[in-house]
Amino acid sequence: MKWHAIFEKNVLILAAGILITVSIGGIVEIVPLHTIESTIEEVEGVRPYSPLELAGRRIYMREGCYNCHSQMVRPFRDEVERYGHYSLAAESMYDHPFQWGSKRTGPDLARVGGKYSNAWHVAHMIDPQSLVPGSVMPQYPFLAENALNIGDIAAHLEANVVVGVPYTEDMIAAAEADLFAQADPLGDHGGLLERYPGATVGDIDGNPEVLTEMDALVAYLQILGQMVDFSQYTTEDLRQ
Amino acid sequence: MPSEVEKDAITGTETTGHEWDGIKELNTPLPKWWLYVMYATIIWSLGYFVFYPAIPWVNGFTRGILDYDQRTDLDRQLAEVREFRGELLTRIEGASLAEIREDDELLDFAVRGGGRAAFAENCAPCHGLGGGGQQGGYPALADDAWIWGGTLDDIYATLLYGIRSDHPQTRFGIMPAYGVDEILTREEITDIAHYVVSLSGETEDAEAAARGAELYQRPDLCVTCHGENAEGNVFLGAPALSDQIWLYGGTVAEITAQVHNPQYGVMPAWIDRLDDATIKMVSVYVHALGGGQ
Repeated sequence: MKWHAIFEKNVLILAAGILITVSIGGIVEIVPLHTIESTIEEVEGVRPYSPLELAGRRIYMREGCYNCHSQMVRPFRDEVERYGHYSLAAESMYDHPFQWGSKRTGPDLARVGGKYSNAWHVAHMIDPQSLVPGSVMPQYPFLAENALNIGDIAAHLEANVVVGVPYTEDMIAAAEADLFAQADPLGDHGGLLERYPGATVGDIDGNPEVLTEMDALVAYLQILGQMVDFSQYTTEDLRQ
Repeated sequence: MPSEVEKDAITGTETTGHEWDGIKELNTPLPKWWLYVMYATIIWSLGYFVFYPAIPWVNGFTRGILDYDQRTDLDRQLAEVREFRGELLTRIEGASLAEIREDDELLDFAVRGGGRAAFAENCAPCHGLGGGGQQGGYPALADDAWIWGGTLDDIYATLLYGIRSDHPQTRFGIMPAYGVDEILTREEITDIAHYVVSLSGETEDAEAAARGAELYQRPDLCVTCHGENAEGNVFLGAPALSDQIWLYGGTVAEITAQVHNPQYGVMPAWIDRLDDATIKMVSVYVHALGGGQ
C-alpha cells in the first residue's frame, strides 16, 4: 500500500496516472472501430439524405422524437417479425448523429418509410389520437403551419461532408433547388431522384403553396429503412 | 500521509494513516466472503472470453469457440418458429385463396392467427382495429361497400400493389378536380352535391337536386364512373354514392369540397414488405371481417 503515497503526494504523477487509466478504456473502445473494416456491412443502396430529408431529420431531433422512438430493429425474433429486417450499421452510416435511441415508448421507426401514406403521417402528426385511439403521442399541429426554416442548406450538406458523408459538388450546388423541388407537385424531380433515389416527391402535406416543417419531417420518415433491398442479402453476406 | 502502519488501540484494526485534527480513519478490510465472490466472478468472466466473441483486434476480433453470432442465432430462431407454424404456412402458400377460405383449419389460422396479427400491426393504423375504417378517407373493411372490389382476389390484389402507391401495378383512379380545373361552376358543383346527398335519402333542396341530377347524368360527367344509379364501379375505384357511406363526409358542403378539389387516399403496396403467405392470410382475414363477396 505504501507506493500509493507517490500518487497522493504528487499531483502531476496523479494526473498522468488518471490519463493512462482513462486512455486504456478509450483505446479499447475506439481504436478497433477505425481499424476493423468490417464494422460497417457492405450493402448497396444507402445514400446520403436529400436536403429536404436532412431538414426533416433536424426537426425530428428538435422535437425530441428519439425520446420515445428508437430507430433500431434489433436482431430479436419479435422485432424482426413485427418491423422487418434488423437494422444494419450501414443504414445509419450517414447519420450524424445516429437516431438509434433506446426509449421505446412508441414503435420503432427504423422501417416506417413507405408503411403509411403521406396523408396518414400528416393527419397523425396533427392529432395522433384521431387515428390511433389511446396513443400517448403529443400533437404536433404547428408543423403543418410553420414554414420550414431553410437556413443555409448547402452549408449543412458541406458540414456533413466534413464528417464523411459523400455529398458531391453537384448535390451541394443543387441543394436549395432540390429542397424546394421535392415537395413541389409541379417541380422537376428528374435530377433530384437521380441524386437521391427513392425520395418521396410531390405535395407531401396537402399544402403545395408553402414548404412546411411537416413536408420535411414526412419526407424524412418516408425514407427510413427504405434504402437497402434486403431480398438480395443473407445473414452470411452481412456477417462481419 | 502514512509513514508507518498504526493499529487503533480500541478495535485492533489498522488505520489508513490519514489524520485530520487528531481524528484517524480505520482501514477496515472488505468482508472476506465479498472478496471471494468478486474473485469468483472474475474467473467466471474468463469463460466468456473463451466461448464468446470478446476481444477486438486490429483486423477482426476473437470469435470464441462457440462461434456465437446473434444474427445467426436469430436465423435459427426464425427457422424454429417457421417449423412450428410450418405445416400450416406451407399449406397456405400452396393453396389458393378460395381453398384457404374453404379449409376450416387454414381459415382459423388466418383469421385468428397470422392474418389478424399482421392486420393489427400494418393495417389498423389506417383502417382501425377490426376494420371499422376511420375519418379522412380510410374506408371501413367490415361493411359491404367495396371501392376496388370485395372478392378474395380483389382484396389480395389491392394488398399486393396498393392504391395510388408507387408500385407500377398499383390500382389507380383519379377523379378530376371539377372546381379547381374550372370544368364546372360553383353553382353546378353545389347542385351535384345536393343530388348526391339526395341519393342517400337526405334531400335538402329538391330543386337543386333536380338540376344536379341532370348534370350527374351528362355522359362526360359523374355517370361515367359512378354509374347510372350511383352504384359505383370497382374497376375504376369509383365509390358507390347511394349507400350512405362516405369517405370524406356526407354533407352538402363536404361533397362540394370533394367535387371541387378531390382528395385521394393512398394505400401502400405490401408486396415488398410482407411475405406472400402473410398477404394471403390478411386477404382472408379482411374478407372474413363481414363484407367479403
